[in-house]
Amino acid sequence: MTMTTKSVPKSKSPSHFQRFRDSYLWYSFKSDRTAQLCLAVFICLVVAAFAAPLIAPTDPYDLRQIDIMASELPPFWVDGADERYSLGTDAQGRDLWSIILYGTRVSLLIGFGAVILQALLGVTFGLMAGYLGGRVDAFFMRLADIQLSFSTLMVAIVVGAVVKATMGSSFYSQYAVLMLVLIIGLAEWPQYARTVRASVLAEKNKEYVDAARVMGLRSKRIMFRHVLPNTLSPIFVISTVQIANAIISEAALSFLGLGMPETHPSLGSLIKAGFDYIQSGSWWITLIPGAVLVVLVLSINLLGDWLRDVMNPRLYKG
Amino acid sequence: MNTQASAMAEHHIPAENVEEAQTLLQICDLKKRFSLSGDFLDQLRFKGGKLVRHQEHVHAINGVNLEIMRGEALCVVGESGCGKSTVARTVMGLITPSEGEIHYDGQRIDHLSSRQLLPYRKRMQMIFQNPYASLNPRMTIQQTLEEPLRLHHPTWNRQQIADKVEEVMGSVGIDPDWGKRFGHEFSGGQRQRIAIARALAVDPEFIVADEPISALDVSIQAQVLNLLMEAQHARNLTYLFITHDLAVVEHFGTRVAVMYLGTVCEIATTSTLFAKPRHPYTQALLSSIPRLEDDRPQHIRLKGEVPTPVNLPSGCVFHGRCPYANARCIQEIPPLKMQDDGTRVACHAVEEGRL
Repeated sequence: MTMTTKSVPKSKSPSHFQRFRDSYLWYSFKSDRTAQLCLAVFICLVVAAFAAPLIAPTDPYDLRQIDIMASELPPFWVDGADERYSLGTDAQGRDLWSIILYGTRVSLLIGFGAVILQALLGVTFGLMAGYLGGRVDAFFMRLADIQLSFSTLMVAIVVGAVVKATMGSSFYSQYAVLMLVLIIGLAEWPQYARTVRASVLAEKNKEYVDAARVMGLRSKRIMFRHVLPNTLSPIFVISTVQIANAIISEAALSFLGLGMPETHPSLGSLIKAGFDYIQSGSWWITLIPGAVLVVLVLSINLLGDWLRDVMNPRLYKG
Repeated sequence: MNTQASAMAEHHIPAENVEEAQTLLQICDLKKRFSLSGDFLDQLRFKGGKLVRHQEHVHAINGVNLEIMRGEALCVVGESGCGKSTVARTVMGLITPSEGEIHYDGQRIDHLSSRQLLPYRKRMQMIFQNPYASLNPRMTIQQTLEEPLRLHHPTWNRQQIADKVEEVMGSVGIDPDWGKRFGHEFSGGQRQRIAIARALAVDPEFIVADEPISALDVSIQAQVLNLLMEAQHARNLTYLFITHDLAVVEHFGTRVAVMYLGTVCEIATTSTLFAKPRHPYTQALLSSIPRLEDDRPQHIRLKGEVPTPVNLPSGCVFHGRCPYANARCIQEIPPLKMQDDGTRVACHAVEEGRL
């Protein structure tokens, strides 16, 4: 490392891009076909999902573009397909290709939103519990234990029922994305808090933290500027796993009818909607969104696996 | 307290130094216990049919009294686990003492809040043992050195801070162009220089060095030691220097305090201590230094082991291993008593003239 930096001209530090090119992360990525493939698939899905209004031939949220007479049309490789609908249509006559694009967007939004919320809560609580210790630690960790004793599903059912009962069903469907982000985010923050706390406990006894304290820095600054950057690797690793988990949780909730409404379906609610027609031969309504979900989650999980291997301090220290 | 401190200071310093000797730091009867018993629920035990609260402590330091004079380098020596580092960390406020007081320049500092302590942070700094752990791996050297300056000189502009960083890097022998690199790109000696630069950046007058060279290669130790001595001359620093290397003490220290099991057993000027150790433990410690001319070393062999600091021995903590111990040593804790040459020794045998 010293050798490579020495070859860089004096007084000019390597740029961030240069540093990334020299890093072990990039080296490992270049030599790992699975990671490359997964990243490519994942990026394709994300781009397609967020460019859905541009790519999709129809707007499934617009009722005027839906033709109920064209419902349950099969995809193009099956007899009786309509060339307007490449992947066929669902029971309401919506173009399956369009609705999958839009549904993937909803699933990804909920997945990322929930993980951001989890990370914000979990990292803050975990940092405070680990660094401040004592009663703060006991409080947050007992809170995490309590939280973990409720499953995500149970929290969702309770919150969904309470909100639907008090605010009405239409209110719930209007803010369904937000509600799901809140439910999945609140239910899973202990994962982050525990991981962060564990690495903070290891970091806070190192001498650079003592040096920062001797300098007179406030606890908040030491936590966020000194300790947090050194606990980032495990945070990255669990983030990938948690995004996949959140997407799966959302799909499960939607499948049970606790998630996204039919009018703004996610991948999960598409699978659920199609499930009623699988016996009547319209397998594509449920199987194609299901396949997309599997590919999406699998690519994220494999990326997470690769990242965990790369960032495992026992395999590579850096 | 101030007057008392300086009165005490005059008392111990040899006559020729009296006019310049001034106490910078005074540690009075400092004690620190670490609990071994966990939280309240873990402490409850059944004993004889009754629920009792049972607590166990490690007695890391038990009544340490030290004064550090302005401009001197006080070395604290002793074997592993005798409380040297705990003293250093307590002085710096990293650990709150269980009992006792610490006075800095006449002001009591051990009970201050971290915000009240901030002005003292600028005057006293610390150098750590392990240069591989004492630099934040995610910060560049420039950021590491700028941070204390930004904190303690909030009014300084970018240029002033950059100038100061460059000056302090130059003074510890680091190329200012290295500022954009990270700590892991340097060798141990270079890292320790950077750690010293960080301590010197705020222009402190007092530096606590907790075994600053023991993690370094032998070939680098002398360089860093010389750097510390140069800094002492150039900046008129006072050191509290924790070490277990007696050769370093002889080279570096003005005075030496010898610690055993959380207590100070002897304080003397370096030359006096090496020429004429008084305390039986100091004698044993000094006899253990390997010497080139020895073909038949005269080591004093102490019997037994260092007792556990959980259950301290009664009386003098050294009595179980001391060849001169008698009944009084088992019962009575010896105080540090002034000798006629300015040395202070905590030993009944020395006091009674048995030794």
